[in-house]
Amino acid sequence: MTALSLNSVNKSFGPVEVLKDINIEVEEGEFTVFVGPSGCGKSTLLRLIAGLEDASSGEITIGGDLVNHVPPSKRGIAMVFQSYALYPHLNVRGNMSLALKQEGQSKAVIEERVAEASRMLDLDAYLDRFPSELSGGQRQRVAIGRAIVRQPKLFLFDEPLSNLDAALRMNTRLEIANLHQALKTSMIYVTHDQTEAMTLADKIVVLRDGRVEQVGSPMELYNNPANRFVAGFLGAPAMNFLPAGLLADNGASEIGIRPEDLRLDADGPLTVQVKHVERLGGDTNLIGRLSGPMAEAAQGEAGQITVRLFGQHEITLGQELRLGYAAEKAFYFDSEGGRLKV
Amino acid sequence: MSSARKRPFNTLAMHGALILYTLIALFPVFVILINSFKTRKKIFREPLALPDAESFSLVGYQTVLKQGDFFLYFQNSLIVTVASLALVLLFGAMAAFALSEYRFRGNLLMGLYLALGIMIPIRIGTVAILDLMVSTGLVNTLWALILVYTAQGLPLAVFILSEFMRQVSNDLKDAARIDGLSEYTIFGRIVLPLVRPALATVAVFNMIPIWNDLWFPLILAPAEEVKTLTLGSQVFIGQFVTDWNAVLSALSMAILPVLLLYVIFSRQLIRGLTSGAVK
Ligand SMILES: Nc1ncnc2c1ncn2[C@@H]1O[C@H](COP(=O)(O)OP(=O)(O)O)[C@@H](O)[C@H]1O
Ligand SMILES: [Mg+2]
Repeated sequence: MTALSLNSVNKSFGPVEVLKDINIEVEEGEFTVFVGPSGCGKSTLLRLIAGLEDASSGEITIGGDLVNHVPPSKRGIAMVFQSYALYPHLNVRGNMSLALKQEGQSKAVIEERVAEASRMLDLDAYLDRFPSELSGGQRQRVAIGRAIVRQPKLFLFDEPLSNLDAALRMNTRLEIANLHQALKTSMIYVTHDQTEAMTLADKIVVLRDGRVEQVGSPMELYNNPANRFVAGFLGAPAMNFLPAGLLADNGASEIGIRPEDLRLDADGPLTVQVKHVERLGGDTNLIGRLSGPMAEAAQGEAGQITVRLFGQHEITLGQELRLGYAAEKAFYFDSEGGRLKV
Repeated sequence: MSSARKRPFNTLAMHGALILYTLIALFPVFVILINSFKTRKKIFREPLALPDAESFSLVGYQTVLKQGDFFLYFQNSLIVTVASLALVLLFGAMAAFALSEYRFRGNLLMGLYLALGIMIPIRIGTVAILDLMVSTGLVNTLWALILVYTAQGLPLAVFILSEFMRQVSNDLKDAARIDGLSEYTIFGRIVLPLVRPALATVAVFNMIPIWNDLWFPLILAPAEEVKTLTLGSQVFIGQFVTDWNAVLSALSMAILPVLLLYVIFSRQLIRGLTSGAVK
């Protein structure tokens, strides 16, 4: 069964079209990530699903029911905000139980659900504290707990990790993944961070400027991006784009090669002068500029190239390297940024 | 603040200045208080002396309590002040919530219109107000005063409160909507508690002018049974003779309730005045 389906959804704020013809299906139990650069309309889309904004046109269906005119609290959803949005004058227990009280649940049910959520999230010791007495990570766990106790059909997360520091971000990411496995509820997770998208998602929806660029599993998108934007957005370090001129004669205007697909090869077609070396121990990242016969065609941005080598390498700055790649690992794009299948 | 804390000299200078200011500000109140306990002769001969066994006298308080219906005046003032404050806070907060929370046509215009009210003193409209009260039959009722003071207080209240309400996080209100709270509950249970310092600020700024006002009681409600304290005290100030004992005693007693209300609001007030600066 589909947990959520969006059918030709549009949203404008006055004259500004923020979302254009969005069609998305989310299956029951699926972890779906909406990813895209800042300002592309991810939060707006999530707020439409939650019912905090009204769609200008189109149909929103949750669990088979059309919910366009259903208020947020009756949609069977729960939302976790980037800013936590905890009620500052209620303690942790009060924050988690407010929605249930509002629904008119009995004391026993409230107590039981709060206890279960707090056990899942390790919040037992903090139930009587106020939000101002908690750390960022703890606050976010309370916000997640507040969502869990409602037992929604669909969880909505809006960039829940972006206010946390790097170490905590990784932990909380794992926690959310575990939570999904334990609850098996459909989740929609919004982020601008491609790493979060790749690591968490069953299904990724890539958005740009209010349009869906591509939908698919992380590996589908990685291995088979629909266009230059998706290719460049997913994967870190990002894909290299080189002028196709001297490398291919199939009508492509650009060639995309992922940094991990480039290898040292004395007979390779590319010559690169090393500008910068990042030694990570397990990996070595080289950032360089194209030189040799291709330097002419690849000025500025286009001439920069990133190479990801496995293991540790003795490479000095300024050194010239020859690079090669397997032909089947290259992606070809036309001048509009569309993908050429060859 | 931290740099002042580190340097003892600065701390000293700062506290010196503050103490000096406190003394200057409290001096008139102090003079009124001590003189209200002295005989008339001593008030004029040694106005700054403390009351002693010889000069001590409660004649002022006796006059005040005997003459006129002082407790009734007191009660009237209290009713008018508390009722006006309650209405100003209630309607001010409701209007501020609507202006800060909802997108609707004329929102900006409405805000400007209300802000205009801050700049135009209500007393300019006294004649029209009196006309209105006469034709509605509200002259010589406490309602006349309560309504006028509510109108007088609303513009600033809406202005201050809507500014504070804009700072309440939108996510918080949205989280409450998802949790099933109605707009009224969001207003009452989420937003109002968060702008409590602003409410206290508005209350204190409105309270003192209302309590002290002589103009509107004199014009709209001069009848004996609806006189306010300020108006009632005027009987002791004659054109030719003034009963200073009684005036000073009445003033001393009039300070008390304001002081009490201020103590209630003051902790919130300080937070309200400094929250913008410190955050
Ligand atoms: N209430 C609003 N009124 C007008 N424009 C808005 C409103 N909310 C969002 N927008 C605009 O919609 C676009 C998408 O915003 P948003 O959904 O927050 O992006 P994202 O979450 O992907 O960063 C932005 O250009 C933003 O300026
Ligand atoms: Mg956003």
